[in-house]
Amino acid sequence: MSFPPGVWTRERARRGLWQLLRIRRFEEKCVELYQAAKIRGFLHVYIGEEAVATGVIEQLQSADAIVATYREHGHALVRGVSAGAIMAEMYGKQEGCARGRGGSMHLFDRATRFYGGNAIVGGGLPLAIGLALADKMQQRPGVTACFFGEGAAAEGEFHESLNLAALWKLPVLFVCENNLYAMGTAIRDELASQSVAPKAAAFGIAHAAVDGMDLVAVDEVARRAVEHVRRGEPFLLECRTYRFRAHSMFDAELYRTKSEVESWKARDPIELFTARMQNEGILTPVDREEVEQKVAAEVESAVGFAERGTWEALEDLPRFVYAEAESP
Amino acid sequence: MSQVTSAKETITYREAVREAIREALRTDPRAFIMGEDVGHYGGCFAVTRGLLEEFGSERVRDTPLCESAFVGAGIGAALGGMRPIVEIMTVNFSLLALDQIMNSAATLCHMSGGQFSVPLVIRMATGGGKQLAAQHSHSLEGWYAHIPGIVVAAPGTIDDARWMLAAALERLDPVLIFENQTLYNQKGCLSDSPQRDLAHAAVRRTGRNATAVTYGASLGKTLEAAELLQAAGIELEVVDLRVLRPLDDATIMQSVAKTHRVLIVDEGWRSGGLSAEISARIMEQAFYELDAPVARLCAAEVPLPYAKHLEEAALPQVDSIVAAVRKLVGADG
Repeated sequence: MSFPPGVWTRERARRGLWQLLRIRRFEEKCVELYQAAKIRGFLHVYIGEEAVATGVIEQLQSADAIVATYREHGHALVRGVSAGAIMAEMYGKQEGCARGRGGSMHLFDRATRFYGGNAIVGGGLPLAIGLALADKMQQRPGVTACFFGEGAAAEGEFHESLNLAALWKLPVLFVCENNLYAMGTAIRDELASQSVAPKAAAFGIAHAAVDGMDLVAVDEVARRAVEHVRRGEPFLLECRTYRFRAHSMFDAELYRTKSEVESWKARDPIELFTARMQNEGILTPVDREEVEQKVAAEVESAVGFAERGTWEALEDLPRFVYAEAESP
Repeated sequence: MSQVTSAKETITYREAVREAIREALRTDPRAFIMGEDVGHYGGCFAVTRGLLEEFGSERVRDTPLCESAFVGAGIGAALGGMRPIVEIMTVNFSLLALDQIMNSAATLCHMSGGQFSVPLVIRMATGGGKQLAAQHSHSLEGWYAHIPGIVVAAPGTIDDARWMLAAALERLDPVLIFENQTLYNQKGCLSDSPQRDLAHAAVRRTGRNATAVTYGASLGKTLEAAELLQAAGIELEVVDLRVLRPLDDATIMQSVAKTHRVLIVDEGWRSGGLSAEISARIMEQAFYELDAPVARLCAAEVPLPYAKHLEEAALPQVDSIVAAVRKLVGADG
């Protein structure tokens, strides 16, 4: 993709690199902590796919909403959910962003309109329809960004939701993170037609596919997609990406070859972006070093916050099954 | 078109539900109703007839046939500050949306540590008796009552048809309202001081010889049976559960402590059903009050058949309720 003039100032490039590195270093720490049994349950890391969440979510405004999947640490971080609250959630501490009720797969944050953290593949799409419908009916200008994998494109809810979004002209940005595998099932074994973006055409929805390893490309296409949605029509953006790590911590990776993984790692989104920005003379190796240090400090601080966190009292177990607040 | 009804005017259960929806749409700008055929068709059971003309297609919203997506959209709209009323044609179709009801509506408050709530009402027709066979006739409200995080209501009277919706819309939690399809044509008067809560069972008839615990369409049949039993000198107390989750244990146990004999009448199946739960609670909380084992009259353990005589035989009926009570009180020797 050609380099868009004027978009990438040094400040913006540093911020982009910062977001990419925050996800990477945070999740590397998560894997380490999982191996140390500090984090349990399912842990799905996003390593390799960072340019997608970064490129899309940086286009959103504070009034916009996000619905994500169980592989959503990166989305929460880029959105502005504090790293400490996310880490504490994974520890199961009550200082976590869901008070330890959700864990890695169910991060929530009201302040940033981050609606989870949905571990039912395809299950988030109808929620996004409803959030967008609420915005539209209340004449609010919000965009709802809904992330899902290409595995969800085989689910009925994908097709039902695209139909509703088009029928009702809803401001939903559908973001398909096509990482080529639905858990361990390769895309050739899951989708009869392996391009997701063109499926939107059947509903009359505008769509685009982009190299999801290239932050510059995702940023550019996502910016146009969000502008389109803000005018009141849905958009399907397919980001072609790759998960470098196993599906979860319980995955022997029998379904793909090491050489395939290595070939994708050669297109590491962080290295691609760093090299691009250095070649363009926008960033220097010193910038990378400084951002790395800043990120390391944030991750360390997040771990400290989680470690210092407290366990919710057992008598609070029945709380939050029903709403505690009065109806406004 | 139904008009605003005075307390003493006779109206149908259908009109009572419609009036409740009209009131919600009139008084709360956040409220809207959506579902299959709620608009131009006027509702599969004609409940929403006339509302499209009155409130427009934004707030009386026909949906495509996509239960999972429009129920999920209701959840999302509730998260986004609206007060959606979602109509699902029948409980059997709600199974296409079970994922959204179970995995999202019922869990989001808890999973988010109380940050998000889902003030959503889902109404659906339930129950047999209309010869609609095994994909339109079941009573699965007992299943739904298994799920923490939702409230399950079963209006069995004109008053409850009229007022439960408003109570449901006042809550911040997902409320499922099950309207038995045999009740829509039932006529009656609204009372002057109706019970409007979503927390308590109601004693619909007092008696001293036995208690019948029931709800929904079985309520009318049980009250009819109580009349017949009265003639034979047997006084049956009738408890209408009204709300299946959370169950109002106190009202049930008070009646048990008074009559010492209990029959549970439930159109759901017996195995693993709501009647089993109620029976277990009576054992746990009022065992020493019992003069006889708790009795149950439930749907036969078959998918509901089409043929009228077979369907009737599969469901609790006035005759079978009378027989079960007579056996319970030892009136047959």
